[in-house]
Amino acid sequence: MDESTSSLIQMRNVRVTFGRQVVLRDINLAIPKGQTVAIIGESGCGKTVLLKVLIGLVKPTHGRILFDGQNLAQLNEKELTKQRIRFGFVFQNAALFDSMTVGQNVAFPLRQHQRLPPNEVQEIVLARLAEVGLPDNVRGKKPAELSGGMRKRVGLARALAMNPELMLYDEPTTGLDPIMSDVINELILRSRRTHPVTSVIVTHDMRTARKVADRVIMLYPATRLQAAEEQIVFDGPPSELDHADDRRVQQFVQGEAGERLMELRAGRD
Amino acid sequence: MSLSGIGDGFAEVGGIALRAAATIGDMAIFTWRTLQWMLANRPRGETIWPNFYQVGVLSLPVVALTGTFIGMVLAVQTYSQFRQLGLETQLGAIINTSLVRELGPVLAATMLAGRVGSAMAAELGTMRVTEQIDALSSMGSNPIQYLVVPRFLACILLIPTLTIMADYMGVLGGYFYSVKILEIDKFHYWQNSEQYVGTFDLLSGVCKSVFFGGTIAIVACYRGFHCSAGAEGVGRAATASFVWSFVMILVIDLLLGIILDALYYTLWPEGARMFG
Repeated sequence: MDESTSSLIQMRNVRVTFGRQVVLRDINLAIPKGQTVAIIGESGCGKTVLLKVLIGLVKPTHGRILFDGQNLAQLNEKELTKQRIRFGFVFQNAALFDSMTVGQNVAFPLRQHQRLPPNEVQEIVLARLAEVGLPDNVRGKKPAELSGGMRKRVGLARALAMNPELMLYDEPTTGLDPIMSDVINELILRSRRTHPVTSVIVTHDMRTARKVADRVIMLYPATRLQAAEEQIVFDGPPSELDHADDRRVQQFVQGEAGERLMELRAGRD
Repeated sequence: MSLSGIGDGFAEVGGIALRAAATIGDMAIFTWRTLQWMLANRPRGETIWPNFYQVGVLSLPVVALTGTFIGMVLAVQTYSQFRQLGLETQLGAIINTSLVRELGPVLAATMLAGRVGSAMAAELGTMRVTEQIDALSSMGSNPIQYLVVPRFLACILLIPTLTIMADYMGVLGGYFYSVKILEIDKFHYWQNSEQYVGTFDLLSGVCKSVFFGGTIAIVACYRGFHCSAGAEGVGRAATASFVWSFVMILVIDLLLGIILDALYYTLWPEGARMFG
């Protein structure tokens, strides 16, 4: 089958630079419908930027992003806004609106885009909160009153509110204890079972990558690459991670500092 | 100084000029997009009423208070000089003209820039830093439409009422100090005021205030949207918002002053002859 027709989202020769710093270097990536992809890599390698490029929050310096066949870079502001309703984004720190209650946060996309009666909106809000394991009584609380794990779950409920086709997760388990991390992993898996959704998860938590992903992509910082090297240093199922030939992949998977420690020492000296 | 030192100096000045030009261009695009979204969709009540309350209702007491004191201060400052010339009864004319044409609008705008503009920049800056603005975009809402348009509308629609309040309280303050404390003749105080302060003066002040309000909202929202990371970034956005707003208020005041004066003398040439 032609890759462009089976893929929900594609990146073609995407380059992102901030000033003189190259963050993403000629990335080519196609994600088929229904697949869950984990993007791993050390801090500062451009994982979050890649996620924001996918949703149009960061414009690529060069290259194309095709979502369902449409080039996002060519859409005007209104058209792009319309397309984003098809996305769900879970932010690293949840990014809940702190002036609103939990219920208002989850109801926000529904109230913005659907003319539903208030009681129907409330029903959806309660269903989404229940889906992420939160009781009814959190509805009236402000985000500041919640723990980090609860905030992440509210962020997940809000992202799922509109039944998106593509879910983007930015480090969903960072900063959480191991039990809460596993709860989030389970919720991601459960949301996949209940909603036919394609997911991209940016993480440096190997347990999340192994547990929820069908495919793992590892990015390496563009600044440390040789001229001819690809920035994607691994692309395959999680089971192949342990058998990867690339030393950089092995170091990351096993959590070894290796020559990075030498570089840090050299920098200090 | 070495040649390379001079070169570095030029490069630095050039860099500042380039950054300033880029910011002004960016701000012009930001204003244009705000106007486009304002005309494209009517903002929802839930976004507009809290801003109207914040800009209009909560700013009223502080604007009224400063207006009253400025009216009285003007009376104090001008009295001794006018008394030497035997022109005490002209005090009403000078106080009220200054208030209605200049001080009322500029004062109301300054208070708005300090009280509301900085708060807007800090609030939007925090939203930027905590990715709430990105969250809005990711949910298919346009941040300019949702966050900037209601603030812009609140500022341009309510600053005229704040200006009129500053004018009114200033006139009362000046009257109170001149007539009740300095014991200037009440009849002549008002008569001279009426002679020199016309509807055009009042309207020109109110007209200027609309531009001031728009500038405050755009500068504050722009600074908030372009806030750099961390608490320091938010603080800097709030301070920069006030400083930029204040400078721009003064520049716009000068330009509009020249334009409105030219308009006045075009509409009423006999006015020019009277004072000429």
